[in-house]
Amino acid sequence: MLAISPPGWGGNLLRGLANSVQIALGAFGLGLAIGVAGAWGKLYGSPIVRDLMEIYTTVVRAVPELVLILLLYYAGTDLINRALDSFGYAPIDISGLVAGIGVLGIVQGAYATEVIRGAILAIPQGQIEAARAYGMPPGKMLRRITLPAMLPFAIPGLANLWLIATKDTALLAVVGFNELTQETRQAGATTKAYFTFFVAAGVLYLLLTLFSNVIIGRIERWARRGMPPIAESGR
Amino acid sequence: MSAAAPASTTSTSRSEWLQPHRIVLIGIGAALVFSAAVFMRWDWLPNYYDLALLGIWRTIWILAVTVVLGFMLAVPLGLAQAAGPFWLAWPAKAFCTVIRGTPLLLQLWLLYYGLGSLFPQFPWIRQSELWPILRQAWPYAVVALTLSYAAYEGEVMRGAFAGVPRGQLEAARAFGMSPWKRFRRIWLPQAIHRALPTLAGETVLQLKATPLVATITVIDIYAVASRVRQDTFIVYEPLLLLALIYLIITGILVFAFRKLEAKIPARLG
Repeated sequence: MLAISPPGWGGNLLRGLANSVQIALGAFGLGLAIGVAGAWGKLYGSPIVRDLMEIYTTVVRAVPELVLILLLYYAGTDLINRALDSFGYAPIDISGLVAGIGVLGIVQGAYATEVIRGAILAIPQGQIEAARAYGMPPGKMLRRITLPAMLPFAIPGLANLWLIATKDTALLAVVGFNELTQETRQAGATTKAYFTFFVAAGVLYLLLTLFSNVIIGRIERWARRGMPPIAESGR
Repeated sequence: MSAAAPASTTSTSRSEWLQPHRIVLIGIGAALVFSAAVFMRWDWLPNYYDLALLGIWRTIWILAVTVVLGFMLAVPLGLAQAAGPFWLAWPAKAFCTVIRGTPLLLQLWLLYYGLGSLFPQFPWIRQSELWPILRQAWPYAVVALTLSYAAYEGEVMRGAFAGVPRGQLEAARAFGMSPWKRFRRIWLPQAIHRALPTLAGETVLQLKATPLVATITVIDIYAVASRVRQDTFIVYEPLLLLALIYLIITGILVFAFRKLEAKIPARLG
């Protein structure tokens, strides 16, 4: 039943896994971008920007992802189509992939904001003062000092976020997107062998996590090069 | 590191907190809430009032049961990983890795659809006294959420048990305490104290995991909102109200844990 070719459902599961990974990568990237901007806004923005970012991170982190996904999925596509309509364009059909990346990216962004903000705060103050003393403009300081220096502090948190992103893609099954969990349920419903397929999907997710852990370990060693080793990495 | 900012906002006085731009923001927020209350459709609310209360009650009930059971399971899991022999530490670690490495939705569906489709094949299960319970959905929901919480919290407890200074345990041994008394009086309280800040976060995460049980036909508050959407074709209002309800429950949880933490003296040693 797990064969790759059509009588088996292995091919469908692998396609689902590919979709999941694609969404997770997109959402994590979007979240990272939102996170850097959000952390910058929270630390150095005007009071209004700071308050707005605080509301964003608090609300997104307090409301279940499932509710946010439904809300943003329906409201987001509806709002975009209404906006297009009012400007005289024909409504577009937003693909599940784009909508999923957008929704999960917004959720990831809230967590990434907090992780990166904490990491920037953990940079020894002297490094930033030294950069200022050299007369670096803010953009150069961000690129040369702040981002590289905060990376070792941010990587455990960001690694955790990546693992959450891979698992959160399963929630898109609820809105009917064909990622791994949804494909698995369809395979199970057709063949009535639920147990086999769910265990197989679990193994696929687990392999993804374990593979990610190896890569994360490499990246962490690279980011922490030249720093004293730590006994135990954070969760 | 992230505690710096909230501490500064809570320690400032009320007049400093209420700056001019905040008043404007609160005004805009109030206007949004008011326009939502006036212009959106809320006429369905009275019809679903009782069902919604039942849903909220069930959400809180599932949260409480799974957190308590999960924590009771997390203590031995953490202890086995921190101090157990390899034949205990290894299975505990494998359990935590597997549960933490797969999505909760998949575990839930594996238990409900997978086990649920296997059980009827065995006559002795169908004839047993437990069968009326096993035919319902909530036991699977409780088991899946409990295992998930136990795995995440077990990992936290491992760190907490390992973090208790050796000197404390050696002092307890020098006092002639039995191993069980040492564990009950010294090791466990200090480990729980260390784990308490993460416990609040894990419990909020657990609250955010509860709506998943709606996908296996347990009627919690999320399922009630979906029912309203299907019955009345109103999309946004139930979801917005649902988000608000979860915000309020999260707020209460965070507040309660903060009170609990404040009650326990903060010196770790």
